[in-house]
Amino acid sequence: MSETDIQIKKKPSFINNPRNRAIFYQLLLLIGLGYFFFSIISNTLANMEARGIKTGYSFLSSTSGFDILMTLIPYDATSSYFQTFVVGMLNTMLVSVIGIFIATILGFLMGVAYFSKNWLIRKSSVVYVETFRNIPLLLQVFFWYSAVLATLPSARDSLSVGEAIFLNIRGFYFPKVINEPLSILVYIAFAIAVVAAVCLKIWAKKRQDKTGLQFPVLYASLALLIGLPLVVTLLSGVPFQLEYPVLKGFNFKGGVTIIPELIALTLALSIYTGAFIAEAVRAGVQAVPQGQSEAARSLGLKEKKIMSLIVVPQAMRVIVPMLNSEYQSLVKNSTLATAIGYPDLFTVFVGTSLNQTGQAIEIVFMTIAVYFAFNMSISFIMNQVNKRVSHIER
Amino acid sequence: MKFSTILTGGLTLCLAIGAQAATLDDVKNRGMVSCGVSTGLAGFSQKDENGMWSGLDVDVCRAVAAAVLGDDTKVQYKPLTAKERFTALQSGEIDLLSRNTTWTHTRDTSLGLNFAGVNYYDGQGFMVSKKIGVTTALELDGAAVCIQAGTTSELNLADYFRENKLSYTAITFDTADQTRAGFESGRCDVLTSDQSQLYAIRIGLKNPADALVLPEVISKEPLGPVVRQGDDEWFNITRWSLMAMVEAEFLAVDSSNVDNAMKNGSPSQKRLLGSEGDAGDKLGLDANWAYNIVKLVGNYGESFERNVGMDSPLKIARGQNAQWNNGGLMYSAPIR
Repeated sequence: MSETDIQIKKKPSFINNPRNRAIFYQLLLLIGLGYFFFSIISNTLANMEARGIKTGYSFLSSTSGFDILMTLIPYDATSSYFQTFVVGMLNTMLVSVIGIFIATILGFLMGVAYFSKNWLIRKSSVVYVETFRNIPLLLQVFFWYSAVLATLPSARDSLSVGEAIFLNIRGFYFPKVINEPLSILVYIAFAIAVVAAVCLKIWAKKRQDKTGLQFPVLYASLALLIGLPLVVTLLSGVPFQLEYPVLKGFNFKGGVTIIPELIALTLALSIYTGAFIAEAVRAGVQAVPQGQSEAARSLGLKEKKIMSLIVVPQAMRVIVPMLNSEYQSLVKNSTLATAIGYPDLFTVFVGTSLNQTGQAIEIVFMTIAVYFAFNMSISFIMNQVNKRVSHIER
Repeated sequence: MKFSTILTGGLTLCLAIGAQAATLDDVKNRGMVSCGVSTGLAGFSQKDENGMWSGLDVDVCRAVAAAVLGDDTKVQYKPLTAKERFTALQSGEIDLLSRNTTWTHTRDTSLGLNFAGVNYYDGQGFMVSKKIGVTTALELDGAAVCIQAGTTSELNLADYFRENKLSYTAITFDTADQTRAGFESGRCDVLTSDQSQLYAIRIGLKNPADALVLPEVISKEPLGPVVRQGDDEWFNITRWSLMAMVEAEFLAVDSSNVDNAMKNGSPSQKRLLGSEGDAGDKLGLDANWAYNIVKLVGNYGESFERNVGMDSPLKIARGQNAQWNNGGLMYSAPIR
């Protein structure tokens, strides 16, 4: 076929039309996929039926019959499997949120420490990253649980601070704050302080824009946030009571208990993830061209200001996308809870509930949906953050 | 979504394969019985330094292999945690689950599994450290209790404390070893499990004399082998392999006198051992199926004494596990 032939044939036949072909293949793929899923699902259901395995979600409303070590909502053996599910989900959320919080702080500190002029600080950052990044996480979980926390004394010989705070193999105990009617005043004072601090920040920025004068917003806000509630507390005659943990029988009762499983898992997750975040921060800072800080220096900015105003905002563009996947890994890694018996979603639902009910497919599916939703939410939030820090072309 | 479908697909494939084939043919083709056992429980299923498995539960696997293949060593042992065991059987990964598993209504009716009998009558108990000075379970108010996840013990424990209006904290672990470690480190005051396991765990402690098993037995725990539902041939083989061991003890046939009993024994002995009647044929097995069991594995009494009884470190008395005519619950339907 010569070139002129092609030009003459302007309209190809229906079958040869690339557009129609594309639609046809897409349709074929869709039907194929649809059939694939349909046959998988119907085959599973048929097989389960044939072997007398009960299916469906009705088990969620039946009584679970077992107790859970730590629950954020009221729960006992008479609660339903759905409540078990919620308890597990909340516990997973708790360890993930605390883990992400600590990992971020630790990671940023260690990442920035890499650029310190102090030899000791710089080297400690390197040692931290290289140590914790290169050891399997499961081993670290066991290390904190079996090697560190298991060596703590028994309840009767607890380490204690002033008979109020106790640390032993059963956990970390501290007094619980109990509100009195007047306590509401203190919370109101705190809320007012928060609003005032925000207003202060806005006012200070406006004033700086106008006059160039700076105002110590950070110190003033801190004074406001701590000072105002404190003054109100004292004026209203300290409207709080403390419930101290007391050794009764086998264990401490009263106060707040943090179980060692939570401590071990949080430590392991945040220290491990922190090492990766430190590397992300290092990469981000190094990605900012040297010329940026040199230019800032020649404008007369102080070293601290160069870091916070010039380097970090530009570094964030590199750091944020990496943070996203580190956070998601942390949430997924939290399933290692099962190794030490922290009652997260995986342990109580895929572990105990699955075993007691035998509803494997339903339970695994629900659990997958939860982790999927968690990580999609993290992705969503981090994408919003990413939009804010990304480079805006003018 | 993607992951879940792959997983469901995988599960489906497993289920599909398991459903199609008859287990007996599979086992004969493979020349091996694939048997799910515990990850290590003294007296029931444990591995020695040479990699050889032994125990009361292991003997059921061996008995089935002896009956089907004529060789008690043709067993592939799959160590499973409490959480993994039913899925492994449902998916067809194992032919037989013999892993100190309690026969309960839920498990028998809703998991697509069948219990083939009882090879040990157990009950749940408590083990405490002697230091805490407790002599009865009713003094355990407020205690922290170590327990293995996914067991009936977890449910019985909740029931018992609720019934007696006692408070407690449940600390759950995945394996028996982790549970023991939790108890030893002092994470909990009490360890609860089936009594037989408590004795087994106690032997594994650094200082067995420091631990005390409390007298209370708070539940019924009939332990026995489990097979998939829907394969009656295989179910019968498993059930009668176990029955043959019990019946052999009742008929006073053991591994030392089995040859003599086959030739010169009573009619019941001869029927059991295949020199009379066609018991083996009805199961789809050789005539000497039970002879092989008794010769290679021994009768139930021999197995008991060797693994958990007086000839073992556990020194558990026969108690409920004696023959019915000796005040126990072991009773075989007649072979005729």
